Amino acid sequence: MRVFYHFGKYFLLIKRAFGKPEKFSVYVGRIFEEMNILGVGSLGIVAIISVFMGAVITIQSAFNFESPLIPLYAVGVAVRDSMILEFSPAIVSLILAGKVGSSIASEIGTMRVTEQIDALEIMGINSAGYLVLPKIIASILFNPILVIFSMFLGILGGYVFGLMSGVVTDYEYIYGITYEFRPYNVVYALVKAAVFAFIIASVPAYHGYYTSGGALEVGRSSTKGVVYSSVLILAFDLILTQLLLA
Amino acid sequence: MIEVNNISKSFHGRPILKDIRFTFETGKTNIIIGESGSGKTTLLKCMVGLNEIDQGQILYDGRSFFDLDFKGKKAIRKEIGMLFQGGALFDSKTVEENVVFPLSMFTDMSEDEKRDRANFCLQRVNLNNANKLFPSELSGGMKKRVAIARAIAVQPKYLFCDEPNSGLDPKTSIVIDNLIKEITQEYNITTIVITHDMNSVIEIGDNIMFIYKGEKWWEGNKHEILRTNNQEICDFVYATEFMKDLKEKFQ
Repeated sequence: MRVFYHFGKYFLLIKRAFGKPEKFSVYVGRIFEEMNILGVGSLGIVAIISVFMGAVITIQSAFNFESPLIPLYAVGVAVRDSMILEFSPAIVSLILAGKVGSSIASEIGTMRVTEQIDALEIMGINSAGYLVLPKIIASILFNPILVIFSMFLGILGGYVFGLMSGVVTDYEYIYGITYEFRPYNVVYALVKAAVFAFIIASVPAYHGYYTSGGALEVGRSSTKGVVYSSVLILAFDLILTQLLLA
Repeated sequence: MIEVNNISKSFHGRPILKDIRFTFETGKTNIIIGESGSGKTTLLKCMVGLNEIDQGQILYDGRSFFDLDFKGKKAIRKEIGMLFQGGALFDSKTVEENVVFPLSMFTDMSEDEKRDRANFCLQRVNLNNANKLFPSELSGGMKKRVAIARAIAVQPKYLFCDEPNSGLDPKTSIVIDNLIKEITQEYNITTIVITHDMNSVIEIGDNIMFIYKGEKWWEGNKHEILRTNNQEICDFVYATEFMKDLKEKFQ
């Protein structure tokens, strides 16, 4: 029954967050601020992870495709499809759930325990709208950009490390990544990225917003935010794959 | 003027406030005192709508707060300034941005006008050359002064102060007390102060309400509180040796 209680409370918070803004210009400014913090601030980690993921997939694929019946360009196909279909949208979102999610939950949780949210409410400001909505919108707008960035760097990383280690040739890799390319796969990845972005921003925000107590509880909210958003990302990964690819 | 009519509030079946009735007058410093856990902060939170009440009525110049719709409540909240115990300044904003914040949200002032208003409010609380500092760089007294500047930036009709001098040295406490008193008279606002500090009560208390175990136990002014023979109040007021000596001399 507790699950339904949290679901109800979560949806009420989201409903409040999407209420009419007090001042549109302030909210637009907040969205750009959050895009800078949550999105631009994550470019570095996304770049590092993507390059290494692409490299590892290349080497592992080449190792597994030892049979002479499988052409070597299959390595390029494997890297491309793995990055586009799963690694860039899902794994990057899981990493962001840890990085961005904990930051959102602890920021809002600290504001709750230090009465900053009460101060907003007393000023007559919709605190859920002011704090949560810009994070959700910024995340939904920027996460797909991060995912495209990750796809590009992953495939590039695979290319560079594939050539350096000599497991694949320049021609075979390029041929592989262009072989029977389906643009719909990118659309599918971007839909997943947008849904995951909503989860990454809203679930930790919920845990932060309803923090009560002190520093210990802020830490707990942060952990809960990351754990629940990660589990939901995996669940929605399965649901969206079934809906969009099956 | 704020009228509190027969307010009751309980948490998980445990009564915290029992049938509280009081009138907080405009242009006066109204003080709520009582032991820790007596329900003072709960009363304050009920008055500003952070806590729902179980029964009763809160009237802001005749407007019943809890009978209003969302818009009506929001309109009243825009007339409220609040000084929290810890200041509740926004960590990510500078002193100036903290004071400018309510102006950005609720007025159409230009950037220059907002900055001028913020500077005026900061000077009013005797805080100069601190505009670009962050809350983490301020002392406790400076934080309270910034919080007062933020509260008066939008010219509130009602000012709530939750233990404004907790954690401050006696000299800074008097500065904050006097500031609250001056602002109350200067802007003719209704000020409600929660405090444990008897110096503040004697210094600025025009109307005083004593809460004991969730009930309004006594009301009067700063002269009457020193003369009362009510045992619970005497235990509270003359808890320190200093106050006991003062009472002996007074008698």
